[in-house]
Amino acid sequence: MSRNTWTFHGGIHPPQNKQQSVSAPIRQLPLPEKLILPLQQHIGAPSKALVSIGDPVLKGQLLAQAKGFVSANLHAPSSGTVVDICEQPVQHPSGLPGLCIVIELDGKDQWCDLTPITDYRQTPAQELLAAINNAGIVGMGGAGFPSHVKVGTQHPISTLILNAVECEPYITADDLLMRERAAEIIEGLQILACLLKPKEILVGIEDNKPEAIAAMQRAAQECAQENPGSPYVVNIVSVPTIYPSGGEKQIIQILTGQEVPSGGLPSDLGIVCHNTGTVHAIRNAVIEGRPLISRITTMTGNLVSEPGNIDVLLGTPVSHLLHQTGTPIDRIHRLIMGGPMMGFSMRDTEIPVVKTTNCIIAADDQEFPDAPPEQPCIRCGACAEVCPAQLLPQQLFFYSKSKELDKAKHYNLMDCIECGACSFVCPSQIPLVQYFRFGKGEVRKAKIESDKSDRARIRFEAHQERLEKEAAAKELKRQQRAEAAAAKKERLAKAKLEKAAAEAANPSLQESPQESPAENSDADEALETLKSNATKASKRFQQAKKALQMAEKSGADHIDKLRDKILQLESKANDAKQALKEALAAAPTSTADKQASASEPAQPTDTTKAAENTDTSQIIAAATARVKLKKAQKALDAAQASDTPNAELITHLQTGLDSARAELEQYAPSEPTTGEAQ
Amino acid sequence: MAFISITSPHSHRANSTAGVMQQLLLATLPGVLALFWFFGSGILIQLALSITTAVLCEAGILYLRKKPIAFYLKDYSAVVTAVLLALAIPPIAPWWIIVIGTGFAMVFAKHLYGGLGSNPFNPAMVGYAFLLISFPLQMTTWLPAEGNFGANTGLENTLQMVFSGNMDSANSDGVSNIDAFSGATPLDELKTQLDLEQSTAILQQPGVFDGLLAGAGWDWVNIGFLIGGIYLIWRKIISWHIPVGFLAGLGILALAFNLYQPADYASPLFHWFSGGCMLGAFFIATDPVSAATSDKGRFIYGFLIGLLIYIIRTFGGYPDAVAFSVLLLNLAAPTIDYYTQPRSYGHDKPNRGTAKKDS
Repeated sequence: MSRNTWTFHGGIHPPQNKQQSVSAPIRQLPLPEKLILPLQQHIGAPSKALVSIGDPVLKGQLLAQAKGFVSANLHAPSSGTVVDICEQPVQHPSGLPGLCIVIELDGKDQWCDLTPITDYRQTPAQELLAAINNAGIVGMGGAGFPSHVKVGTQHPISTLILNAVECEPYITADDLLMRERAAEIIEGLQILACLLKPKEILVGIEDNKPEAIAAMQRAAQECAQENPGSPYVVNIVSVPTIYPSGGEKQIIQILTGQEVPSGGLPSDLGIVCHNTGTVHAIRNAVIEGRPLISRITTMTGNLVSEPGNIDVLLGTPVSHLLHQTGTPIDRIHRLIMGGPMMGFSMRDTEIPVVKTTNCIIAADDQEFPDAPPEQPCIRCGACAEVCPAQLLPQQLFFYSKSKELDKAKHYNLMDCIECGACSFVCPSQIPLVQYFRFGKGEVRKAKIESDKSDRARIRFEAHQERLEKEAAAKELKRQQRAEAAAAKKERLAKAKLEKAAAEAANPSLQESPQESPAENSDADEALETLKSNATKASKRFQQAKKALQMAEKSGADHIDKLRDKILQLESKANDAKQALKEALAAAPTSTADKQASASEPAQPTDTTKAAENTDTSQIIAAATARVKLKKAQKALDAAQASDTPNAELITHLQTGLDSARAELEQYAPSEPTTGEAQ
Repeated sequence: MAFISITSPHSHRANSTAGVMQQLLLATLPGVLALFWFFGSGILIQLALSITTAVLCEAGILYLRKKPIAFYLKDYSAVVTAVLLALAIPPIAPWWIIVIGTGFAMVFAKHLYGGLGSNPFNPAMVGYAFLLISFPLQMTTWLPAEGNFGANTGLENTLQMVFSGNMDSANSDGVSNIDAFSGATPLDELKTQLDLEQSTAILQQPGVFDGLLAGAGWDWVNIGFLIGGIYLIWRKIISWHIPVGFLAGLGILALAFNLYQPADYASPLFHWFSGGCMLGAFFIATDPVSAATSDKGRFIYGFLIGLLIYIIRTFGGYPDAVAFSVLLLNLAAPTIDYYTQPRSYGHDKPNRGTAKKDS
């Protein structure tokens, strides 16, 4: 009690209205007919249903499993049958429905098997943590943050704080819990101490709850006596009554003088803060093996004829509570879940009690009259005086209203804890918190959108970069290919030159194209083909010449002799034809090579010069070569055909020879010389 | 069944803008009484004139702006502006002075900027500065402080002076020429005397300077407003930062110069309890709409007003300077706000300047 406390900035003193609900002890109500259990009663991912419609369930049976780390299990608060899994009105301020498991109770309230931990001091931390995790415990002060996440923190913890401040007006659930079950709460703190190993344990209670303070001090003393030498001594600290001292950040400041860094967590300071109801639920989960299936809820408001605190099963529709406490539903003007400062108004009495429902207020229009019209802000600064986060609400109001989000963020809008102190004192009746919620929503929305566009931009840039890389690689390959082709061309030209020189040195090679070594590449093959073609052409030319000479010599008398010669010529022509066919089949001719090959037999020294000629001249040369070949062929064919008329044959051969020679002379004027030399 | 859906908080302190304004009006009473005692019934006539004008102007403008007239009139803000202006002008100023000044304040300084909460300048001081520049003679003609609710001047003479519209007119007897009644204020007199190379020793002389703390009568008027101001701080209608800064700024300069050359510069006490000092410090500079917002900003804002008042009073052309100083600092208030944000919970240091665009 003598412990030093600090103060936080601002704060207000709204009317307490706690006396209405503290006179009666915690009581239980008859079972309702059905329970409606939302799958999301906590911050984080909704849990995943394990049961299906028609399944019988026992009290304490797991109904839905946590999905992900920040999520919580859900258990059946009583025995019965699952009758529906559907969207129902739930506790969300938006009024949107949520997925719920609906259980029709059988009234037997029959428990499933529980596995309590008998001696938590000797139990490994992992097991204790698992017990808390399995029990589906979440922060029961209002936020509903899954407790196992807080308890399983990796930060070294120096201070464990029990937030038993309960600063909101009307609510007395923690007050009554402490009065009646102080020893169990202290036991819960000891379990947490075993897990977190803190240097000190502090319990902050507002000084408007003297009975609770006394009960807790007694229980703490007894605990210390039972465990002499235990390092985990519980300090009960009475703190001044001022709203919102029960805010997590505020109670930490009051008890330790430290501030939770903006955007950080209490564990950053080595502090873990738990609500009274949560610690009690942790105790039940470990000592009794009982999952979180019920909680203490304050029923109050001037319409409730029997106000007080009720140990209510989760999922109980609020209408059941209203009926059981004698509340005229038709006279309700405003029905609030939570306290008057931070609670939200319900639209429907069928909304169920959930893990975070600490209070239900049924009020008429006298207790909570409709807000008067909003007046202009006169910047009186009353809001800034009471703001526990030490913000300038009047500035935030202007910036939120005009959606100047940058300015609002600059004035630390996101540090607003939405306690409502500013709205409470505003003489112009401006619903400031509503503007701030809007502003925060807009900031979050803008953040999501900017993140999305950032991601899109990064993706686009990466895409562009990849395309550019690919294009560059392609270009590089193309250049390499071009260089290789140029090098090859040079090499080929050189090889050709050498070959032509060899051929010139040894003309007999011309007669046997098969002897020329076969090259790998297409270009070489084409070259060879053309070369052989040219060789054959000249060969045939020579043969035709020979036949002509023979025919001239023998005359009409030596028909038999001539016939023999013709037969010889025929076989030779057949050979040549065969070779040509093979050559043609082998590959289509490349123009440059064609010309080179065509000029080869005539003038080997001309090859380099010929290779330098333009495409047009090459094409012409090729054409002429082809024509020449055809003509020679024709001459041979004619010679073959003429069995008897010798003179005719001779004439045909003569014309064929003439034309072939003419053609050859067109591109290789020296050839006839060669031919004639032969 | 469906209920009304309203976001938290659901309870509200029983206070209102009208309540704030009413407290402010209540707090002017000691000062008004002192003015009434020393300067006669003129102040009451001026108050009646200015309130009537202000309410009529407000109603007319609201009608033109298609706003609910009764709703806005009930916030008492028009009445407060009117009262502050009436308290600042000479009680025997002609009726049209206050009518023009109030009308200008309501229409130009308040509603043309968007009405209550949107005006960058203190409307009463805009009205005052407008009058002082336009009608300097009428605005500087005060009665000597005589006491007894102005019995010597008489209600009839006062009424005649206010409504004749002519400062030089005499009554039917030809006796009560206004010059017979009017006189300079202590601040005015001191300035004139110092300009004539007199020393502050004249403050010891009987007559204009024959007061408890400062000039005769004026010290009591200032004490009256000081009492009202302390009441406002006690009721948390205003915070202490602006008045304390104001008086500190004025006092520190006055003390420094007084210590340096007592013969040429009056004491801080004289400055504090002369002219419109206390009215300015507690009622005019504290107008929240046109002042700085954070506590630190408010102190700086008040302090700078105090400094300016001393500078203008001592070295400037006007004997008093509340209006000009307040208006100048009204201009500076947004800048002061940018650089005096409080350190929010969980932050190492306060933010300064304007918001930086997120990259």
